Amino acid sequence: MTSLESTDVLVIGSGFGGAIAAYHLAAGGARVVVLERGPWLEGKDFEHDFKLGSSSTRIFDFVVGDGMSVLSGNCVGGGSVVYFAAMPRAPRFVFERTGSIGRRMWPGALTRDTLEPWYDRVAEAMPVTKQSWDDVTYAGGLWAAACHHAGHTANPVPVAVDNARCTNCNWMMAGCRFDAKRSLLFNYLPAALAHGAQIRPMHEVQHLSRTGDGGYRVHYNVIDDEDYRIHTGSGTIDAKIVILAAGAGATPVILQRSEPALGRMPHAVGRYFSGNGERLNTAVIDEDRAREVLGLDRGDGLAYAANQIGRGPVVANWDRLDGSLPEYSRFSLEQLYFPPGLGTILAQAPEAAGPTWFGVEKKEMLKRWQSWLTIFTISEDDNEGVFGLPPATGNAVRISQQMLGRGNLRYQPTANTLRGWAESDAAVRDILERDGIGKVMPWTNDVVGAYTVHPLASCRIGDDPATSALDDRHELRGHPGIFVTDGSAVPGGLTVNPAMTIAALAERAMPGIVRAARDRGVSVTYGAPSPDGATAGRRGTAALVPSLTSD
Amino acid sequence: MPSDAPVEEEIRKMTIEAFADTIVPGEKRWPGDRAVAGASAGPGAVAAGALELLEWSATGVVDGLDELTRMLNDQARAHAGWRGLSLDPAVPPFVALPFGERTALIQALISPGHPEKDVWVSLALFSNMAFDTGAHMNTLDAIAEGHPGIKALGLFMPDADGLWRFPRYGYGRQLAELHPHTTPSGSPA
Repeated sequence: MTSLESTDVLVIGSGFGGAIAAYHLAAGGARVVVLERGPWLEGKDFEHDFKLGSSSTRIFDFVVGDGMSVLSGNCVGGGSVVYFAAMPRAPRFVFERTGSIGRRMWPGALTRDTLEPWYDRVAEAMPVTKQSWDDVTYAGGLWAAACHHAGHTANPVPVAVDNARCTNCNWMMAGCRFDAKRSLLFNYLPAALAHGAQIRPMHEVQHLSRTGDGGYRVHYNVIDDEDYRIHTGSGTIDAKIVILAAGAGATPVILQRSEPALGRMPHAVGRYFSGNGERLNTAVIDEDRAREVLGLDRGDGLAYAANQIGRGPVVANWDRLDGSLPEYSRFSLEQLYFPPGLGTILAQAPEAAGPTWFGVEKKEMLKRWQSWLTIFTISEDDNEGVFGLPPATGNAVRISQQMLGRGNLRYQPTANTLRGWAESDAAVRDILERDGIGKVMPWTNDVVGAYTVHPLASCRIGDDPATSALDDRHELRGHPGIFVTDGSAVPGGLTVNPAMTIAALAERAMPGIVRAARDRGVSVTYGAPSPDGATAGRRGTAALVPSLTSD
Repeated sequence: MPSDAPVEEEIRKMTIEAFADTIVPGEKRWPGDRAVAGASAGPGAVAAGALELLEWSATGVVDGLDELTRMLNDQARAHAGWRGLSLDPAVPPFVALPFGERTALIQALISPGHPEKDVWVSLALFSNMAFDTGAHMNTLDAIAEGHPGIKALGLFMPDADGLWRFPRYGYGRQLAELHPHTTPSGSPA
């Protein structure tokens, strides 16, 4: 046991919420320890390999729940290492959503306008850049052309990718071998390390308890580097401030497991989970029609046949991000690539007479895999996910040595959520089946339930203690000194990729967390520049800081 | 079962193969192949290494395969009873089912609400993965050996260093109008 170890600030998780916190607090002078349950890999470690045990399964978790499966990062850098680096800001109407509670669910202090300066800070730090049509891949171009043909607009999506380094290998989910993806391994995390923060991989936090002096004791297991089902040790660290950023699939589980030691958790811990309204449709494109109807030509005799080529989502249709439409009818439609395995199993064969996701007709569909185009719906769900009792350790019973586990999240989509999905399915079909461009089917939800790569809201901010676990400074209600800064703090579905918003909210939470640390005797100040030393973002938020640190 | 019935290991092998073959069907490996039904031209999940993947401890299902074999064959017997089918006793009951009946049974087992759905879904997911990715092998080895699933998908070949790069990746022209309310940072308004 190492129960005598102590630090000022203990951060659980090293994704956006954890990395941003670690940087600001370490730069401000606090002693910071980050516990990360996954491994610490970097460019040369990221493999182009489907084998179980290669980087793609070491850094990625797939937790099957009851009605909802959650895909997430499991490594130093968290989601930023495995994600597609799409970084749009959430549309204005999202902040006015009422969702399942019938009244505005975001804190009164938060609107698109008040978050904008914090978005700017993140854009400077990563950095996030616009893409031109020259950057757009074949798949993105096909989606844009099909949208245009159907009378719609289409936008290249802002990203945190250095396109000059990108090889369009489409292995983003295995980590970027070419250092093109500007993950947290290139900005906040190295800056935090430079300021003395410690990052400990393969340390999975189990629960928190109290110390005698108003602080917290963090209990962790050490996970075997190869077989995550095996624990090789355990220990504790005491801290004055604890920041949970284990991800929306894990943060509430740690808090639930801490309830016997810490006392009653707010009602909203482990409730109001949102899958960000996500859903996928896959089209099998008719190559001849793509040429004839859309005028596409790769210059080598092919119109498309390029499913494998590219990177993440590069083009989105935002026509339904219209605040005048009713809630649950608003969504974005992004072209997306998932690799074989995760990206093929749940796809359904259009017009199959027999089973759709397996069997003879599915195999025939696989033979046309290079002509697949997958479209990602991000819509408004009803925050209907609820976590059951926590498993013995971690956030899932691990089945495979890595990646696959069974969790306790229950999710039964409401009529509202189902309506959004049905409307988005119809919109995708209208675009991609028009004039015979392709045949479309949504992925099945019958196998592992619905699924999300963007879990949110399971420990959310808000003004109402009955429906939010955190106050608008991200402090856990009734448990001063515990903060949550990951996707679980986001109040609900965003209709776009959420990383930019998660990061902006984490940036916005920092002045208040620094103030809380100071109140607990930690010698720390707020005011670090961007990780690379740039200061425009800091200037832009300076006027907002007093309101986030006053009593 | 008669005395010349397959030994337990063979029962398990054939039964699990028949399950995997229902998920991604393939051609018979030899005349008289019973586990693989021959419902589809070209190799399927079995030839792609489904057994190797399922029996690898890393996957996490190997310890349950004996039990799953028993369960699947019990289900097959019951299914045959309901359908009034007589089963060839020379092979395990699930293997004795015609392909269409294997498919119908698996559809029932993996349906939402089936109490044992989880375990059958796991088997189905790994059977698919064996075909779609050859997850029991390093991908470069799988490609070198002509892995049938990777071949069927038509995966493009990597560069000589084993990494994929696509210097030609896009049409290089504007293909749609931008949303009129796009902000200067490129986001929705």
